[in-house]
Amino acid sequence: MVTSEHPPAQSQAAKLVLEHVSKWFQTRSLHVHALDDVSLRIAEGEFVCLVGPSGCGKSTLLNIIAGLDHADRGIVQADGKPIGEPGPHRLMMFQESALFPWLTVLGNVLFGLKLSNGMSAAERQEKAEYFLELVGLKRFMHNNVHELSGGMKQRVALARALAPNPSVLLMDEPFGALDALTREQLYGDIQRIWSQHRKTIVFVTHNVREAVCLGDRVILFSPHPGRIREEFSIPLPRPRDINSVDLARYATEITRVLKGYVESEVAG
Amino acid sequence: MITRWLAASVFFLGLVALWHFVVKAQIWSPLLLPSPLSVLEYLKSAVQDGTLWEATLVTVRRLLMGYGLGIVVGIPLGLLTASSRWCHDTIGIMALGLQTLPSVCWVPLALLWFGQTESAMLFVVVMGTLWSLIIATDNGVRTIPPIYRRAARTMGSTGLHTWTHVVLPASLPFLISGMKQGWAFAWRSLMAAEIYVTILSGFGLGQLLHYGRELHAMDQVIGVILVIIVIGLAVDKSLFAPTERFMYRRWGTAHQ
Repeated sequence: MVTSEHPPAQSQAAKLVLEHVSKWFQTRSLHVHALDDVSLRIAEGEFVCLVGPSGCGKSTLLNIIAGLDHADRGIVQADGKPIGEPGPHRLMMFQESALFPWLTVLGNVLFGLKLSNGMSAAERQEKAEYFLELVGLKRFMHNNVHELSGGMKQRVALARALAPNPSVLLMDEPFGALDALTREQLYGDIQRIWSQHRKTIVFVTHNVREAVCLGDRVILFSPHPGRIREEFSIPLPRPRDINSVDLARYATEITRVLKGYVESEVAG
Repeated sequence: MITRWLAASVFFLGLVALWHFVVKAQIWSPLLLPSPLSVLEYLKSAVQDGTLWEATLVTVRRLLMGYGLGIVVGIPLGLLTASSRWCHDTIGIMALGLQTLPSVCWVPLALLWFGQTESAMLFVVVMGTLWSLIIATDNGVRTIPPIYRRAARTMGSTGLHTWTHVVLPASLPFLISGMKQGWAFAWRSLMAAEIYVTILSGFGLGQLLHYGRELHAMDQVIGVILVIIVIGLAVDKSLFAPTERFMYRRWGTAHQ
């Protein structure tokens, strides 16, 4: 039921290509090998989840794809071109909403739109309102950020990330700080939005069920140094319910494999 | 709102009444403690002959010039010390050191350098304001959560845009409290300068206070002190309070 072979996505045009990517961090007291020879191809419109324990380099990998960080070795390409500076083609969502408290909800969504050129003020306004509507928060557009709940903040962050029409959405544990109920609602929202807008999504999490619920593929990382250990295709129909039995079966299998790595890590 | 006004009025009227009764009790000589009425009398005459109005104008003009210069120079320097380690180790350390110097200490230096001129006045006010503004700006920029800049960068914000649209607004709470502190420092420095430096180009509130002392005119001394307090309050309530209220509302940092 679980396959570790290359998925069919491989044959399609690759949106993101990473080949033999390695990354080291030098801090004051230690030298960390964050990523070791990571190769990954992600197809256009694919939803890929990166899963692993903390310290496995999955967030580092996301930062490299975003252009916020650079690989020390290896090739990183988007649409066949090497990734340089960050930009509105690959937008990122963080665990904390990272919304700007000095702007209103609408102002936050407009921030990215103002940076992508060739749009009149009226078009920007219309776009911002459309995406706020999409995440169900249009009536809060004139509110201040601190007046929103955690889940609403992440919805605004999602609208802000979607509005400049990026082809790739990078999500770094975006639902990690939310309660279970809010998270389940957002799983539904993100799947609906993904099926409507077909972005390429790279989603980092340490929650296996979440990964199985959202991903076409789940890539398993192991730490010290960060390596890809295995990948799983999730051919379940969508929209998926996080509480479904089929989903649980995949999650159990992946968790079992993951535990194997963590235990061998502790033992060795 | 009305009850708040009422409470404040009762409190201040009570203070004046207390003052009145202390004078009536004749514990101190009326030469040392004039009655509220005689102070009011002085203020009335000073307003009528124009001295008070003129002195206020002179003082406020000096204050605004010095304070404005302090802001125009201080905020960019603060941004600089926050963004470059080299500037932090040089200008930053200097600002930290000079900030601890009470602004009255600049007066003898200013007198020797500039003589009895407006420049001496300006120099003292700028020295009193500048350093604390640099430090407040530097602090503000340093405490911005790095995630704001990262988020802005992923949306394509770089260079000057990041400074004007992310760093400056993000450090606004610190900037405002720094500017407020700078305002208080500017006021203090200017009063010190005006009391010590007598110049012919303008007769400010500090000088009015000084001559009140020389003439043993206690009603003048207290009257001018009251005017200085009222100006300080008025600026706080009209300039800083609305900005702070806006910030509290936006950031959600406090309830008023």
